[in-house]
Amino acid sequence: MAAGQHLRGKTAVLLVLMVVFGSSGDTLMGKGMRAVGPPAEWRAAQVAGFLTHAALSPVVWMGFACLLLFFLSYMLVLTWADFSFVLPASAAAYAVVPLLGHFFLGEAVSAVRWAGVVMITLGVGLVGNTPPRTTLPAPASGEAASARAPAATEAAKGD
Amino acid sequence: MEIVLFVCLVVVAGTSGEMFVSRAMKGIGEVTSFRPGAIARVVARSLVEPWMWAGLGMMALAFFCLLVLLSRANVSFVVPVTALSYVMAALGGRFFLGEQVSAGRWVGVCLVCLGVALVWAG
Repeated sequence: MAAGQHLRGKTAVLLVLMVVFGSSGDTLMGKGMRAVGPPAEWRAAQVAGFLTHAALSPVVWMGFACLLLFFLSYMLVLTWADFSFVLPASAAAYAVVPLLGHFFLGEAVSAVRWAGVVMITLGVGLVGNTPPRTTLPAPASGEAASARAPAATEAAKGD
Repeated sequence: MEIVLFVCLVVVAGTSGEMFVSRAMKGIGEVTSFRPGAIARVVARSLVEPWMWAGLGMMALAFFCLLVLLSRANVSFVVPVTALSYVMAALGGRFFLGEQVSAGRWVGVCLVCLGVALVWAG
């Protein structure tokens, strides 16, 4: 039981990091790239100019760093937690971003978007209620693995 | 028609890419220490996992398809469809990774999928 609580706790911490770094990375990257603007033409010289311009933007670099941290948190949490748990739970970002925009930046949120935010919140709540891990650790010994998670053992044999 | 193909590619390549990354990370085993050295070792370990490279390749393909999709006019109504990735992920988790997707998790996944589609459409 204590181990289960511990697993839930560290899964939650990494999910929060994913949401924070993922949404700030997307926002910064979007802001930086819009400031750079698209290449005037899809020719080598213009594309190179566009890439140089992007590479000189501190906002683009900050966005890139956030996205790297997002991916690192994602990799770490996936060393133990189910993919079918982590991916839907991380969708919380799409509910948090409109909420932050509304309450901090006074952005208008349409009724359709509000409905989406409510559904995501309910969905993440439901997924979050399921155990984060339903497979056994990789180096599990045969007996225990087949007794406790037959599906995982089958999948491992497929390797 | 072309747009339907690219949407399918974004969803299928993107989700399988992440599924492959998940498989690579499961092979490494649960991270218990979060010191920088330990994290660096996990990252180094992941780079020698073939599933990791297969996953990164698929994710790059999905990103390229998304760029193509976004470069076409009037796709704002198509992009919400990519929220189907959440359903794909649950199926992949169940059949490729052997995870137990309970009824509660399924309902949650479907709500998230619809909710994300609505947020993107709105």
